[in-house]
Amino acid sequence: MSADSLAGRRELRRYSRHLLIPEVGLAGQEKLSRARVLVVGAGGLGTPVLQYLAAAGVGRIGIMDDDVVDETNLQRQVIYATSDIGRPKVVAATERVAALNPHVGVDPIPRRLDVSNARALVRLYDVVVDATDSFGARYLINDACYFESRPHVYGSIFRFDGQVSVFQRGGPCYRCLFPEPPPEGTVPTCAEGGVLGVLAGIVGTWQANEALKLILGIGASLAGRLLVIDALDARSREFVVASDPDCPLHGTHPTILDVSDVVPRPQAPLGVPELEAANFEAFLEEHPEAIVLDVREPHEAVLGAPPHARAIPASILESHMHELDSAQTYVVACRVGARSRWAVQRLHDAGFRRLYHLRGGLLEYAALQERFEAF
Amino acid sequence: MRVRVLTFAGIREIVGEPSRTLALPEGATAADAWNALAGEFPALAAIAGSTRLARNGAFIDGSAALREGDELAVLPPFGGG
Repeated sequence: MSADSLAGRRELRRYSRHLLIPEVGLAGQEKLSRARVLVVGAGGLGTPVLQYLAAAGVGRIGIMDDDVVDETNLQRQVIYATSDIGRPKVVAATERVAALNPHVGVDPIPRRLDVSNARALVRLYDVVVDATDSFGARYLINDACYFESRPHVYGSIFRFDGQVSVFQRGGPCYRCLFPEPPPEGTVPTCAEGGVLGVLAGIVGTWQANEALKLILGIGASLAGRLLVIDALDARSREFVVASDPDCPLHGTHPTILDVSDVVPRPQAPLGVPELEAANFEAFLEEHPEAIVLDVREPHEAVLGAPPHARAIPASILESHMHELDSAQTYVVACRVGARSRWAVQRLHDAGFRRLYHLRGGLLEYAALQERFEAF
Repeated sequence: MRVRVLTFAGIREIVGEPSRTLALPEGATAADAWNALAGEFPALAAIAGSTRLARNGAFIDGSAALREGDELAVLPPFGGG
């Protein structure tokens, strides 16, 4: 018995329920204790991943996040306590992992993954977990993992819907599934659209399971398959993902030869003047005739209403457009500025001419007023 | 022919239901089905380029032909975490 083995380090009792599973056993548990996993993002997906990787005895875990714990995180980011609000996530997460399993080594990385550090960081680990919340980071992880030949476990969530897959060299990658990021502002984030807290736990736990299986080399991984989870109707489906021969990363004629910033295309320019949140109130004072057309859905209005507002949800705008006066001045607004962008375009197409668009939405306006609870 | 369209995430919210039956002419492709849906729901236009289509459980190109009874899933990307 070597002093470095689990038996030598007196950790066997902790993992006894793993040791009883033939697919894991002592050999598998030793593999876990020697494994290094990088978890990019310590938020809704990252926190359940960290919890289960730490409990399972993964030897070294890199925790990468440059954010601090915010009160709105606590609805789903289960490893943080109310007393952690305002503390760096990597600090709070490192403490939690250490409390859960002192045998796990942690690399707290209080930074954002970027072009300058991605490949060097990914190289230090055996498996990477994509628990980020931006398209830019997802493409960067995908490309860095491809160039460094590291498998990565993808997960993403929105409201009640989750997606999980595994990407590794030799098979399809994230770009084979989604070749390019959606145009800026067309796909809401969790902060914009909301997310069911427990869905983050469901998807993150799937990711932890796939990461552990990759380390153990057991079972069938989700490589080549996209698992789609619908927590509302309690349904899951899987879709076959094939390697794209035209993939710019690993297709027959690759055009991506190193990691680079992936910036979503800006949306086509709007043929309507835009207001910044900072000028919103001054504009309304100068234009007392202006009406704020609030196109949020009724359930969002409980969070607060803007001044001088008329509410017509975007979902029924088409059928209620006749109630509006095309000679009237409207400032079209929603929560973050995506639906209102569509709505203002529709009104413009329908012949309305005195239109303004509130860029950044009511959320940005509320933040400027330090009304963080609003909208 | 009739195909069953399955909607997900933001697309489901725009369409308002988890599945919908589309009547399409014989020989219609996956892209034709998407265009029929986007014609009915103009808000889909903004995410047309980033949405993926899967026929009977496998991702396909827009040029793939559909057949009576096919199930066509329309999956938008989402980046939340």
